[in-house]
Amino acid sequence: MSDELLSEEFEETPTPTGPLGGSSPQQNFVSRYGSKAGGALGPVITTIFAFLMAGIAVAVVGKNPLKVYRSIFDGTGLNFFAHFGSYSIRLPFSTQHVWFWWDTSSIAAMNLQQTLLITTPIILTAVALGFAFRCGLFNIGGQGQYLVGAYFAVWIGTSFVNLNPFLHVLACLVIGSLAGAFYAGIAGLLKATVGAHEVITTIMLNWTAIWVGEWLFGQQGPLQNTSQPAIPISNTIADGAKLPIFWGPKLLQGLSIGIFISVGMLVVYWVVINRTTLGFEVRAVGFNPEAARYGGVSVARNYFLAMAISGLFAGLAGALDITGWEYQIGQLDIPVSQVGFIGLAAALLGRNTAVGIGFASLLFGALINGTSGRQLDPSVFSPDLAGNLTTIIQGLVILFVGLNLTTLVSGGVFRRRRRAT
Amino acid sequence: MTALTGRIGHIDWRGPKVVGIVGIALGVLAFWIVLPPVTTRSPLLSILIGILAIFAGIWSVSRDEKRIGFGAVAAGLAGIFFGVLATYSSTTNLSAVVVWSSLIAATLRYATPLIYAAIGGLYCERSGVVNVALEGMLLTGAFFGIWTIIWAHSWAGSWAWVIGLTGAALAGMALATIHAVWSISLKVDQIITGTALNFLALGITGYIFIDKYGSSGTPGNITDYGIPDIHLNFLQNWYFIGPILGQLNLMIWLSWVLLIGTYFFVFRTPYGLRLRSVGEHPRAADTVGISVYKVRYVAVIASGGIAALGGAYLSIGFVHSFNENMTQGIGFIGLAALVFGKWRPMMTYAATLLFGFCSALADRLPTAYGDQWGTLFQALPYVLTIIAVAGLIGRSVGPAAAGRPYDKQ
Repeated sequence: MSDELLSEEFEETPTPTGPLGGSSPQQNFVSRYGSKAGGALGPVITTIFAFLMAGIAVAVVGKNPLKVYRSIFDGTGLNFFAHFGSYSIRLPFSTQHVWFWWDTSSIAAMNLQQTLLITTPIILTAVALGFAFRCGLFNIGGQGQYLVGAYFAVWIGTSFVNLNPFLHVLACLVIGSLAGAFYAGIAGLLKATVGAHEVITTIMLNWTAIWVGEWLFGQQGPLQNTSQPAIPISNTIADGAKLPIFWGPKLLQGLSIGIFISVGMLVVYWVVINRTTLGFEVRAVGFNPEAARYGGVSVARNYFLAMAISGLFAGLAGALDITGWEYQIGQLDIPVSQVGFIGLAAALLGRNTAVGIGFASLLFGALINGTSGRQLDPSVFSPDLAGNLTTIIQGLVILFVGLNLTTLVSGGVFRRRRRAT
Repeated sequence: MTALTGRIGHIDWRGPKVVGIVGIALGVLAFWIVLPPVTTRSPLLSILIGILAIFAGIWSVSRDEKRIGFGAVAAGLAGIFFGVLATYSSTTNLSAVVVWSSLIAATLRYATPLIYAAIGGLYCERSGVVNVALEGMLLTGAFFGIWTIIWAHSWAGSWAWVIGLTGAALAGMALATIHAVWSISLKVDQIITGTALNFLALGITGYIFIDKYGSSGTPGNITDYGIPDIHLNFLQNWYFIGPILGQLNLMIWLSWVLLIGTYFFVFRTPYGLRLRSVGEHPRAADTVGISVYKVRYVAVIASGGIAALGGAYLSIGFVHSFNENMTQGIGFIGLAALVFGKWRPMMTYAATLLFGFCSALADRLPTAYGDQWGTLFQALPYVLTIIAVAGLIGRSVGPAAAGRPYDKQ
C-alpha cells in the first residue's frame, strides 16, 4: 500500500532532471525489485517458469527437455554434494590430512570447480548492480567496469615482474578495482553534477570500454603480447600476480581463492548496506531522494559514491578473473564477454539481498558452465544451442522477475487498477 | 513554405548564432584543406583558420549562444589537431584513405541502420517509453528478415525482399509488443524490460539460427535476391554526385522518406502533437481526452517495426548474411544518435551521419595506417554522446515523462 502511494505521488510531480526523464522512476523500481516482500517465493517461481519456457524451446527442436536438463545439471558439478563417502583432504600449509565426506577429485568435483570459477565474477558484478540499485541508480555499465578492471589487472600483472608475489597480486586487485570505481565514477559524477542519466552514460561507457580494449590488445596495440605479433592477445601475467589455487589442478583451471574474496565481498555488501551510515544514506536516497535531501543527506554525494563503490565491485570482478584463471586477455574475448549483464540478471533475481545474490549467481554460474561446450555432451544437446538457451533463460528471468508473478496470477495487478479508476 | 521563408527572413546575420555556425564551418575547413584534393602541406594555414574558428566560438559564447559557441571552439581545436596531424602524414597515405565520394557513400551505408534504429527510438521515447531494446529489435529484424526472405524466395522470386521486410517488421513489432505490455500496462521498469528483451532477442535469434543454418551459415546466394540497389544511370557521369547517389540501396532512399515523414508527422500534425504531449505530460494529455495508453502502445509497436527494418537492411540489404549477434552495438549507437540529436529528427539524422562517418573512416584508415587507429574511431560515437549528455556541447534533455509508467486515475 505504501509503495502505491509513493509511486502515485511521483506521478504528480514531474521533475525532469536527466535525459531519460529524471530520477523519479527509481522510486518504482527500488520498491519493486529491492523489497523483501514475498521473500524467495517470487524469484523461485520466476526461475521455474523461465526453465519451463526454455524447456518448450528444447522440445521444439525435437529433444527431450528432461534429458537435456539432466545433462546440463550433471555438467554443473552440483551433483558433487550428492556423492557422500569417506575421504580425506590435506590441510592447507601443512602435511596433515583430515577426514572429509565428499570426494574432492571426482569428475563432479572438477565440474564444480569450473562452476564456482564462473560464479566468482558474477557475484561481484551482481553486488555492483545491487549497490547502485539500493541508491536508486541503474548501473547497466557493470560490463564496462568489469572490462576496465580486467585491463588494469593485465597491465599491472604483466608489468612489474619482479615484485613480491603477495604485493603484486594485491596491486592487481586493488588497481583493477580502483579502475572500475573510477570508470563508474564518471557516470556517478555526471549524474550528481549535471543530472545526466546513468543508464545512457553507462551504456556508452560499456561500448567505449569494449572498443578501447580491442585497441589495447589488438594487433599493434599497446598491450598486445610481445612474442607473437600476429595474435591479438595480451602477455600472460607474471606467476607472482596469480592468485593461489586451492582446489583442483594448477594447470587446468583449478579454483583459486578468488571465490572466497568474492563471497567475502557479499558479506561486506551486507554490512555496508545494513550496518553503516553510508549504507543508510544510500538506501535513504534510493528510497526517496527528496525526503533524503530534506533529512540532510547529500543526494549528489551519495549518487557519486554509490556509483564509484558499485564500479569498485565490478572492477574487482575483472581483476579476479585475470588473476584467478584467465591470466591474459584476448581481443576476441572482449566483445563476447557478458559477465556484467549476467550479474544484472543475478542481482534482479536475488532481489539485491546478499543471500539472494549469492544463490542467484550460483544458479547462473552453474547454468553457464553446464551449457558450455566442454561440459555438455553434443549428442544430447548441441552446446551452441544450449548457450543461446542460457541467454533466453536469462532474458526470461529479467523479464518476469519484475512482475510479481504471484499477484499477477491472482489478478492483483489488474484488480488494483480497476479500483483506482 | 511561407513558414520557411519567414524564418529565414528573421535571421540576424551578425547575431551570435550565425557567427557560431561560421566558426564550426571554419573548424571543418581547417581540417578539410589539408586533405585531398586540396592537400595543403603547411600546418600554418589550418592553425590560423582553427584559431579564427575558436575566436568566433568565444565571441558567440560571450553573447550567450553557448551551445553553438562551444561547438565552434571544439571544431576549431579539432580542426587544428587533425589538421596538423594530417600534415605529418604522407600524401599517398592521405589519398588512400580520403576518397570523398566513396567515404560519403560508405557513410550513408553505415548510417542507414542507425537512422532506422534512432527513428524507431524517437517514436518510442517521444511517447514517454524509454527504449533500450533497440539493439534487440534490430537483431530480430536482421534475423527474421533473412529467414523470411529465404523462405519466400522459392515462390516470390526476385520480389522476396518485400516478404523479407514484412517479416522483419512483424517480428520487430512482436518484440515491441512485449515491451509495450510490460512497460505500459504492467508498469515494470522500462529499462529492465528493455534489457531483458535484448537478451531474449539475442537468445532467440541465435537459437533458431543455429538450429536452422548451423555451422554452414545462411545461404550465399542472398546477394542475388536481397533488397535491390537503385541504379540511376543518368547520374553516372555527374562529377562527385554520381558515384555517391548512383547506386544506393533502396533502404537508404526509404530512410530519407522516413526521416522527412517523421519530421512532418511529429512536428506538423495533430497526431504528432498528441505523441509529444503524452511523452511530456501524460496527465495533461489525459485531461484533454487523449488516450495515453493507446498512443503509447501504437508508438512503441511502431518503434519496433521501424527499428527492425534497419536490422533487415543490415542482413538482406548490406552484408547479405546473418551471424549470431551481428548487430554488435549498432542499436546502441542508434540510441546514442537519438540522445546526441536531442530527440529531434533532423539533428538525430546529423548525428547518425557523424557516427556513420566514424565507422566509414574506421573502415578506411587501416588501408594506410594499420588496424589500431580504426578501432579507436569506433569508440568515438559513444565518447561524443557522453560529452553531449554531460552538457559540454549543449545539454541533451529528453521527453519529460520518459521512463515513467502512467497510472490512469
